[in-house]
Amino acid sequence: MDLRTYTARRLALMVFVFFGILVISFVLIYIVPGDPVGAIYPQAPPYMIEKITREWGFDRPLHEQFLSYLWKLLHGDFGKSLLTNRPVMQDLITFFPTTIELATFATILAVAMGIPLGMISALKKDKIPDHIARIFAISGVSMPVYWLGLLMLTVFYYQLRLMPGPGQLDPYIKYPPTVTGFLLIDSLIAGRIDAFLNYIHHLIMPSFILGLFGAAGIARMTRSSMLEVLRKEYVRTARAKGLRERIVIIRHVLRNALIPTVTVIGVTYGMLLEGAVLTETVFGLPGLGQYATRAAIHLDFLAVMGSTLLIAIIYSFANLIVDVVYAYLDPRIRYG
Amino acid sequence: MKYKTQKFFNEWTKEHKYQIEDIKLILHLWRRSPLSVIGSIIVLALISIALLAPYLAPHDPFEVNVPNQLLPPSSEYIFGTDKVGRDILSRVIYGSRISLMIAIMVVLVSSLIGAVAGLISGYFGGKIDEAIMRITDIFFAFPRLILAMAVAAALGRGITNTMLAIAFVSWPIYARLSRAGTLQIKNEVYIEAAKSIGAGHIRVMFLHILPMIIPFTLVQATLDMGGVILTAAGLGFIGLGAQPPSSEWGAMISLGRQYVATGQWWVATFPGLAILITALGFNLLGDGLRDIFDVRMRR
Repeated sequence: MDLRTYTARRLALMVFVFFGILVISFVLIYIVPGDPVGAIYPQAPPYMIEKITREWGFDRPLHEQFLSYLWKLLHGDFGKSLLTNRPVMQDLITFFPTTIELATFATILAVAMGIPLGMISALKKDKIPDHIARIFAISGVSMPVYWLGLLMLTVFYYQLRLMPGPGQLDPYIKYPPTVTGFLLIDSLIAGRIDAFLNYIHHLIMPSFILGLFGAAGIARMTRSSMLEVLRKEYVRTARAKGLRERIVIIRHVLRNALIPTVTVIGVTYGMLLEGAVLTETVFGLPGLGQYATRAAIHLDFLAVMGSTLLIAIIYSFANLIVDVVYAYLDPRIRYG
Repeated sequence: MKYKTQKFFNEWTKEHKYQIEDIKLILHLWRRSPLSVIGSIIVLALISIALLAPYLAPHDPFEVNVPNQLLPPSSEYIFGTDKVGRDILSRVIYGSRISLMIAIMVVLVSSLIGAVAGLISGYFGGKIDEAIMRITDIFFAFPRLILAMAVAAALGRGITNTMLAIAFVSWPIYARLSRAGTLQIKNEVYIEAAKSIGAGHIRVMFLHILPMIIPFTLVQATLDMGGVILTAAGLGFIGLGAQPPSSEWGAMISLGRQYVATGQWWVATFPGLAILITALGFNLLGDGLRDIFDVRMRR
């Protein structure tokens, strides 16, 4: 099977997956005995609740509600959020950029931490540096991110005043006008270097914490694939012809060992998009995670479904891109 | 009598010679991997603490003592006290029971559901297989934490619903694992033998294949324990999991959150440390187990 057929088949499967996600979340959300209207307006009198329920269509049969939701969705309408009283689509556009910024920074840091850790582990296998590197990496996935966030805020913000507090910008810095929704880009467009740098300063702690969480998988993959390559005969040949160890490692081992790591990086990106949920909550970043959390707590289901679908779409595409890149990088892999 | 026991023992060891050698080899590999030794020690310590909580806790974890509120760590209150003067050390000790119970229940339920789904999928193949695997595809693309939050919010807050919500999103990985195992095993000669003497599908699946795929899922189950504890605590932290006055660790951090700015760091710090160490223990053990089983496969 060539790459094009493979990609086409994967895309078809993806459409199916998205449909499945919609069905499952819809059924789940609507058969459970939650009372969305009551959750949003706890003090509303019964006649009000009845009116809102009718207005939102909660009283119609399940399949009818689903079909009408699907029909709207196909026209780019995610419905209206009960909580913000705005179209969910608009909310997603507002909140998603921050999450992308955070997850991108975090992934870069995860790679910067994970690959060296994995290399140290592989080169010093079963020695003290290996154990330390692995314990460090595993600590990253064992860390309650919100807790580490609180601790780092305590030390670096409340005590040492080295780092900024929660939020995107310091209170005395004005937001640049919204163009793309990405604060990093918008501040540059507006020529506001102060806002740009201030935002990066605010992103350091959350993306470090999130990156630490992502580093473990990258380190593990780097370690195991390096160990495998180190045993290969061409590595022995390279050494036998008298190349310096550094050259052997960089040119012969690392190049081949990093191919499987690429796949993990893609998966990590998807994982961190979701991992951002709790980090955003602690650091007060107005991202999709915070939006989805609030929506879930208040049973604002159209908003939950919108966020879920968006994250699933990004995650699936990240996986697809990774697999295609992988097949491209490694000609030995032919999907058959 | 003594002679008889001796004889029985000898025969038993002879009969189970290979199993005993297997166990010896695993023990040997386990000792050579410091990570799994550390992991095992942490997990054993956690289990002991959970079992012995009433004897270990210096105070009643629920006893409200307002005059003693927000005391910093001292010899009387080693981890300090919280907003209403409860002893944080005792609460952390009792919290181990909640986390451990959630982890065990979730992993048991989800691995059982997943194993059966994977078994059916791999054993029958064809359309059933295709259908079950596509369902797992859907679940893999789901943002699990958001789904768990939505389920927990809809079902109502509390520990039972936390467990249901996490189990609901955790079973597919076990389905994949047990399907792979089933595919590998179902063509073995002994399965054919069982079938030829008239064993039905159910019997073959549950008595001959299922026991063989348990090792496949064991490593994943151990790794999952850490993840489940983290997720449950995360739900507790957001306010969708265990509710106060429960001494669930995530809920305790959530209570301590407001004191971070005012300098009472101990309220949130110690429960978080407990989560970290516990999850680390399970993850180290799982990682070590994975190495051990890997080596065995290469043997």
